[in-house]
Amino acid sequence: MKPTIIDRIKAGDVLLFDGAMGTMLFDAGLGLGECPEIMNLNRPEVIRQIAREYFEAGADILNTNTFGGSPMKLQQYGLDAKTVEINRAAVEAVKGVVGNSAYISGSVGPSGEILKPYGEAEPNLLLKGFRIQIEALVDTGVDLILIETMMDVNEAKIAIEAARGVSGDIPIAATMTFDHTPNGFFTVMGVNIEMAIRELPAAGADIIGANCGIGSEKMAAIAEEFRKITDIPLLVQPNAGLPEPDGDKFKYPENPDYMAERIGRMLDAGVNIVGGCCGTTPDHTRVFRSVINSRQ
Amino acid sequence: MELLDSISQSLQKGNTDEVATLTQRAVNDKVEPEKILDDGLIAGMAVVGERFKRHEIFLPDVLLAAKAMYAGIDILKPLFLETEMPTLGRVVIGTVQGDLHDIGKNLVGIMLKGSGFDVIDLGKDVSPEKFVDAAVERDAGVIGLSALLTTTRPVMKRVVELLKERELGDKIRVIIGGAPVSDEYAREIGADAYCFDGMKAVDQVKEYLGVK
Repeated sequence: MKPTIIDRIKAGDVLLFDGAMGTMLFDAGLGLGECPEIMNLNRPEVIRQIAREYFEAGADILNTNTFGGSPMKLQQYGLDAKTVEINRAAVEAVKGVVGNSAYISGSVGPSGEILKPYGEAEPNLLLKGFRIQIEALVDTGVDLILIETMMDVNEAKIAIEAARGVSGDIPIAATMTFDHTPNGFFTVMGVNIEMAIRELPAAGADIIGANCGIGSEKMAAIAEEFRKITDIPLLVQPNAGLPEPDGDKFKYPENPDYMAERIGRMLDAGVNIVGGCCGTTPDHTRVFRSVINSRQ
Repeated sequence: MELLDSISQSLQKGNTDEVATLTQRAVNDKVEPEKILDDGLIAGMAVVGERFKRHEIFLPDVLLAAKAMYAGIDILKPLFLETEMPTLGRVVIGTVQGDLHDIGKNLVGIMLKGSGFDVIDLGKDVSPEKFVDAAVERDAGVIGLSALLTTTRPVMKRVVELLKERELGDKIRVIIGGAPVSDEYAREIGADAYCFDGMKAVDQVKEYLGVK
């Protein structure tokens, strides 16, 4: 039996997560206002191709196309009845490409709703919704549940609770999206790094960290700040910078070599898993791979 | 006035019940509704907006303050029935067609309402025609467009074009916001301004509608 992601981290290995999904889907023809997750059912060959490219670029862990795969998000497209089907198809697509030679991470993004008392969402309904999605992912054989891009620590905790309820031993990673403010790093909902470190592992996360929202320079600073306070396994996934307009489209400014230097800083800080978020491509993954390999 | 200041303070703390109680007390004391609105509720929300802009408080604090503000407004509304609730001007907002992300847009709506504007929120996935029609029908001076997806940005451009086609470009201003847009993009499509956050939107709308 292959070692789990947690075993690998304990053994001192640094693992490489893949890069962006959304930007790749748009390049593959995802339409205006179309649900990205429906492509798992309608165009699985696209999903397989993306997985293949990241796998061949050297990623150890491949994320499923299920970021918006909770019934709360799918409902916006009238697709919540297909939650299980969509999530299962996402895992099958990656599995078909990598078999047992890479880890599969089940992506779980925010519900898009704001919890009471600030908004109207009932914690119980979110818990139930996340559970349906995560059950489908775990049943189909993911190696990790990645609760990502969270801004409200309470929503993250609900998703973690849902994952723990589905499986007592599936590794759970939880990452939040921090903005850089003059007073330090905070999520939109006011969560800082200390709070994330205190709350996420207590709720049952095995791996914690940060993704999205910022480029690699600031992400390296975040990694260092995390490591100053905690020994828990860390995962960071920076954007390739922030999008800049480019005619009718847009582009992300950070090229693979620019990011690679800062990935090095993240590894120096003691990060256990690195990867890329919005704007990163298999070219980035390939360069990150060589950064990791040059150190082992 | 001390009572109005207490309303503002309770609102800043996001204390809905206290805002409702104090607003009712002010009404019972025969304080003019306009004064309660301006010097109590809106004054409190302005402080909240400023503190949010300075990153001293975060989205949850703003959402709670907004809920408290609505509790006060609910009490005042019936008193304005004959005259109509005073507003600083009208703004149409929405998330553009093809885009279902509305948290940012909702926040901008809260900030604008909290600053005394009449906000017509068209929701998400709104077509260019609907934006323009609503602004014309409701006599709004500003249209606020929100997007999160880069793919939906062309819809923003279409709104600006449509206003030009209908010769409304001088009458109705367009402000845009959201992760994939910028000052540069606003210039490129001929929108009047890009607003980085809700407070910037408030300042911009104030300028366009001639509010000091």
